[in-house]
Amino acid sequence: MTQAEIKLCSLLLQEHFGEIVEKIGVHLIRTGSQPLRVIADDTGTSLDQVKKALCVLVQHNLVSYQVHKRGVVEYEAQCSRVLRILRYPRYIYTTKTLYSDTGELIVEELLLNGKLTMSAVVKKVADRLTETMEDGKTMDYAEVSNTFVRLVDTHFVQRCPSVPTTENSDPGPPPPAPTLVINEKDMYLVPKLSLIGKGKRRRSSDEDAAGEPKAKRPKHTTDNKEPIPDDGIYWQANLDRFHQHFRDQAIVSAVANRMDQTSSEIVRTMLRMSEITTSSSAPFTQPLSSNEIFRSLPVGYNISKQVLDQYLTLLADDPLEFVGKSGDSGGGMYVINLHKALASLATATLESVVQERFGSRCARIFRLVLQKKHIEQKQVEDFAMIPAKEAKDMLYKMLSENFMSLQEIPKTPDHAPSRTFYLYTVNILSAARMLLHRCYKSIANLIERRQFETKENKRLLEKSQRVEAIIASMQATGAEDAQLQEIEEMITAPERQQLETLKRNVNKLDASEIQVDETIFLLESYIECTMKRQ
Amino acid sequence: MASRSGGRGHGRGQLTFNMEAVGIGKGDALPPPTLQPSPLFPPLEFRPVPLPSGEEGEYVLALKQELRGAMRQLPYFIRPAVPKRDWRRLPRELKIRVRKLQKERITILLPKRPPKTTEDKEETIQKLETLEKKEEEVTSEEDEEKEEEEEKEEEEEEEYDEEEHEEETDYIMSYFDNGEDFGGDSDDNMDEAIY
Repeated sequence: MTQAEIKLCSLLLQEHFGEIVEKIGVHLIRTGSQPLRVIADDTGTSLDQVKKALCVLVQHNLVSYQVHKRGVVEYEAQCSRVLRILRYPRYIYTTKTLYSDTGELIVEELLLNGKLTMSAVVKKVADRLTETMEDGKTMDYAEVSNTFVRLVDTHFVQRCPSVPTTENSDPGPPPPAPTLVINEKDMYLVPKLSLIGKGKRRRSSDEDAAGEPKAKRPKHTTDNKEPIPDDGIYWQANLDRFHQHFRDQAIVSAVANRMDQTSSEIVRTMLRMSEITTSSSAPFTQPLSSNEIFRSLPVGYNISKQVLDQYLTLLADDPLEFVGKSGDSGGGMYVINLHKALASLATATLESVVQERFGSRCARIFRLVLQKKHIEQKQVEDFAMIPAKEAKDMLYKMLSENFMSLQEIPKTPDHAPSRTFYLYTVNILSAARMLLHRCYKSIANLIERRQFETKENKRLLEKSQRVEAIIASMQATGAEDAQLQEIEEMITAPERQQLETLKRNVNKLDASEIQVDETIFLLESYIECTMKRQ
Repeated sequence: MASRSGGRGHGRGQLTFNMEAVGIGKGDALPPPTLQPSPLFPPLEFRPVPLPSGEEGEYVLALKQELRGAMRQLPYFIRPAVPKRDWRRLPRELKIRVRKLQKERITILLPKRPPKTTEDKEETIQKLETLEKKEEEVTSEEDEEKEEEEEKEEEEEEEYDEEEHEEETDYIMSYFDNGEDFGGDSDDNMDEAIY
């Protein structure tokens, strides 16, 4: 774990879970797996605090535990999982686009609470939706359950590993920590629950819920006494599936930018057909025949078979090699080269960074070196058609920032510098790693700056919150406009200006974080798939 | 070391590689010497690309801020406990909980404890505790508290032992302290009957 990653994890944990959890989490990330007592001693926190912090971390899948020999339980932190906290808004928004508000709230509850049983999720979401609906309407549990089942079917939500139900064959003492197992088949198996009920408003009590006054209340109390039917079956959000979806989205939009809308639709269809059949780390999708693709095209697209074939040929011939032809049966078998696509996306990201940071001439040189793989300095000037002095300057700038590297080829065995070829080359993997590290640092800086800005204006923020609370309470009790005006004037105009500036800055910093996280996703996916290949 | 100083003497200014290959030809001006550390924020040559705006961007932004606020309210956000104070510098009556465990005193004091006064003590302790709501109590710490409450009561009993004994008898001990004073006072008023 690099220092930048650890710093970022520390900031994220502190913002979302508080300082104690942050201290324990960062300690575990730094030192690897440790038992409970050692953690307490090393960090100097009381045992109770450590226990609470570990409970929170395990609940949110940030820390895993394992029983070692002699019954010692060791805890290990997952640094990469902590960094996913940055992406939570993106997961929730994606669910919203696919499954509307109900799905959005389901995934939000699962992410905020780590793990939940299905009945708990359904109840919470129904209550929240009922809050936002008009008076008198309530959200039915059945609708929420349906959306939940759909999410599980498309693998966006999966079951957590559960306590194994062993018949007590060994009458020894129970192990200090359960070894949770999960069966592949069971991961997406929804238990048969009949959840009957409607969402409840928080403040409604008996007045608003028309038609269910006293009959509901005794039922509600008995619900608490009945054993929950799906006790022990916990669900969590399946982040890998979301990542797969993001990757597909990126590929489709890349094709749309490079060619046109129709070809992107074809690629989207192909990806959708291989969603569940292809694992997320496969280098390419299963081969799909042109006939199958034609049948699965969305209804609105009335292109003939011949046009489809032409498009497919075009895609397969494209130098970017997103789509490849793997055979001729069935009208032509086509695959999508996932790894190649990710590599192209990562390269495009690098090119874009060079362009925005150093200018378009530098970008031209960068693309040239990428194309030629190894090239001498003299040849760079000739091919790029840039004057020698500028070209040298740009090459060295990119070299010093580690976007490029030098390859030495000696002519003589004594490696004399005057008799050695120096070739410029771009190693995409190492450049991607370098850029990823810079991204982590950038986000850490953005978060720190945002916290600094908020702290600077803390007094003003508190004052404005108080004023808002006063106005709200006065409006509730029915005050005149003149009084409200007076209260509002408690915040002077320059203070209002300051608040506006603060809000704008914080929004900008937040939006930047989200943007950098998208880059991180692309780079991490590329690095992961390249490492797997090797 | 010897070779280096030797090299400095003759052949000074010669580099190991051909300067022209690097790009500094003969007679070219070298870049100006750096006299101060580089500035904290290097000047930006190119302005960054504007952030994506639009419905999606704003929605995700609002989501992010909402999530941050929501997570602070959840029970998973553990707040650090208030630090312990130095009790030597504050008046003793403000001390609510005694951190030191005084288990050894329990057995000695229990039989002497009259029921009426302990109830008063418990009430005052609880009243003071509700007043000092600043410290967030943990469930395990509450158990400790209950233990310490009992110990605190016992400790207080030890301190106010005198008064307890005195209250049993309904008169202050000093009233009966020296028999001489009592006798001396009454000698002056021989006229009044002694009840």
